Amino acid sequence: MSEHRNNHGQAGRTPADRDGQDADVLVQDPDLPPTALDPAIAEAEEGRWTPAKIALWVGIALLGGFSWTMLALVRGETVNAIWFVFAAVCTYFIAYRFYSKFIERKLLQPDDRRATPAEYKADGKDYAATDRRVLYGHHFAAIAGAGPLVGPVLAAQMGYLPGTLWIIFGVIAAGAVQDYLVMFFSMRRGGRSLGQMAREELGLIGGTAALIATLAIMIIIVAILALVVVNALGESPWGVFSVAMTIPIALFMGVYLRYLRPGKVTEVSIIGFVLLMLAIIAGGWIGETEWGVAIFGLDRVAIAWGIIIYGFIAAVLPVWLLLAPRDYLSTFMKIGTIVMLAVAIIITRPEISVPAVSEFASRSDGPVVPGTLFPFLFVTIACGALSGFHALIASGTTPKMIQKERQTRFIGYGGMLMESFVAIMALVAALSIDRGIYFAMNSSMAATGGTIEGAVAFVNGLGLAGVNLTPEMLSQLANNVGEESIVSRTGGAPTLAVGIAQIMQSFIGGSGMMAFWYHFAIMFEALFILTAVDAGTRVARFMLQDSIGNFIPKFRDTSWRTGAWICTAIMVAGWGAILIMGVTDPLGGINTLFPLFGIANQLLAAIALAVCMAICARKGAFKYLWIPALPLAFAAVVTISASFLKIFSPVPSVGYWANHFAFRDALAAGEQSFGAAASVEAMEAVVRNTFIQGVLSIVFVTLALIVITTAVVASVKAYRNGGGPNTEDKAVPSRIYAPSGLIATPAEKDLEKQWDALPAAQKPARTGH
Amino acid sequence: MTVLERARHAVWLFKGVMGENAYQAYLDHHAATHESEPPMTEKAFWRDKTDRQDANPEGRCC
Repeated sequence: MSEHRNNHGQAGRTPADRDGQDADVLVQDPDLPPTALDPAIAEAEEGRWTPAKIALWVGIALLGGFSWTMLALVRGETVNAIWFVFAAVCTYFIAYRFYSKFIERKLLQPDDRRATPAEYKADGKDYAATDRRVLYGHHFAAIAGAGPLVGPVLAAQMGYLPGTLWIIFGVIAAGAVQDYLVMFFSMRRGGRSLGQMAREELGLIGGTAALIATLAIMIIIVAILALVVVNALGESPWGVFSVAMTIPIALFMGVYLRYLRPGKVTEVSIIGFVLLMLAIIAGGWIGETEWGVAIFGLDRVAIAWGIIIYGFIAAVLPVWLLLAPRDYLSTFMKIGTIVMLAVAIIITRPEISVPAVSEFASRSDGPVVPGTLFPFLFVTIACGALSGFHALIASGTTPKMIQKERQTRFIGYGGMLMESFVAIMALVAALSIDRGIYFAMNSSMAATGGTIEGAVAFVNGLGLAGVNLTPEMLSQLANNVGEESIVSRTGGAPTLAVGIAQIMQSFIGGSGMMAFWYHFAIMFEALFILTAVDAGTRVARFMLQDSIGNFIPKFRDTSWRTGAWICTAIMVAGWGAILIMGVTDPLGGINTLFPLFGIANQLLAAIALAVCMAICARKGAFKYLWIPALPLAFAAVVTISASFLKIFSPVPSVGYWANHFAFRDALAAGEQSFGAAASVEAMEAVVRNTFIQGVLSIVFVTLALIVITTAVVASVKAYRNGGGPNTEDKAVPSRIYAPSGLIATPAEKDLEKQWDALPAAQKPARTGH
Repeated sequence: MTVLERARHAVWLFKGVMGENAYQAYLDHHAATHESEPPMTEKAFWRDKTDRQDANPEGRCC
């Protein structure tokens, strides 16, 4: 160990010195054009501020500043959605050009002379150098799911400004930084996973805590995503039919790809998409018939059981039959719908009448999710601003496909900016619907009683400025979207679907198409979520098998069917129990559980950033340690204080234990009903649920504290020693070249031409056109 | 770039994002490394790809 340190971590070494020691290894092949842009040329190109370039950036800054002024300072009756789009896009451009560049130069210092794992471990399969633009799409499809569509909708209860600020500034300073750093460090380590890196950098205790935390967090995330689907499909024969049809469609696609036309991915996705559209249209007819309602009009508990059984079967079936085709369909829909929504918002430019900061920002009794703005805004919106789950994708799959080191900025940082933009669009869609309807849809059954009259009385009783809900508004909207009722459709997905339907019908089809667009949006969210449920269960099963394998070696063998079935059953039982708990919760479900989802996701982010900080410290990059340390500190403060409030708050709507004891005391006093619970059974359910939620909060925060502490210890130790052991793979000289950003610069194009001119025989393997 | 080229580029990009070019990438790799045995057929490659996913699941995010 000490020898190692002498080699790599001498006191006062900067990362630049450290890279310098690879110079003897990274020798340019004289028969090949340069494998990296000459730093002097790159510097000159970037540093040359032509008048046109200055004008462009001044223009972006002015437009962004003007848009922020319209959003934050001008207080009109309404604000136009286009300002959200401009404020977001301009801020992203500036952050990408200046801040991510700063991180690249000062902290990470990628070196294109070094081969990436895709090159030095190339096997043509997992390790395959992939064109940067293609990989950007791949990575985006892997990180973006239902999360950025749901959180912003729920956070809209606090007004439009807090959510917008957090999504945009959170992503540039925290979320995109995390993704970029994790991806880069994993790439330098042959595509190692976050768990493996945690074990290496933080030692046995920190690594084990990180592993258990990841496993627990995956369970809670899958459970709550499934709860969102259940709430969207409950008592909706149309929705249940069309979403259920995705299973036979995926099976058909799987067989088609396996036996009929292997590899025709786009073709089969288009066929699947057409079938999906037919399923949505047919769902409208079937939902009208008596037998359709009898078969598909299921209550929430039945749907939850359906998803649990489905989740188990999907996780043990071979991938080719269900998971792979569903993933193709989901990717196809994701890209198509997001592009369509962006175009629709820009063309229709809806006016938004929600206040900038609402009454609920400073109160802890918000009906959608309880708790004050700090810290609960920052856990309600996780995906889109800072999502720890991304660290699992950014380590592992994507780093094995990166062509050149300098592309990580575009794919890692840039990919997350795109997800943030999706979150902004979801926020805009949710804000564009009437505020009264928003609260009627998102207040729990416990508050509204599930009836139109109850919802109207409850929402109007909130005393919100500018809200005057009438029963006709609710019945008219339910009728328009082809649902029996839209009252208490919590979870965010139905609200977003209404928002999307309103925007899309004014773009294509008019009000007659509203029901179609609503169910289209529900379908596409359900598709993402069910894909995440399948994949999450499967990944969790492998992690569990690996962990049990430490004690019973036989479990390591993932092809051992019995072991696979046992571990799948354990994982499904874990999330299934939480799902059933959420569905039957007398207090609501989403409002009690969603904070746990956000806290879990942010704690995972804190773990990932803690690992990154330890790596930076061991590299000796103390001057720029604040780049990961600042978002880590913020994520830690937010999630630990949110967890503590959930554990210790005396306010029953916020604190799990406060609620637990209040209901237990009521039971002990022999009361027959208490609060929202109308019976003794319901009261017992609340006591049980709050106990589980409270225990989970304690487990999460304890694990995260262990990981963060071990990371701080590792960083301090590295500081005392002036660095630490280098855990990177050995440098190997690269033999390929590709530009780094979306659009190649003139110098990059010149170099590309030199490579294109190389005789075919001399050309190293390359993918692309 | 002509309109046709642009359209072709868009199709190539879309197919790439969907993962359709995986077999071509494998063939390129195989040809470049001059492995002595012949490459897998298209059908065998895709079979192998999903079967490998059975043993190495990829996460999908929320």
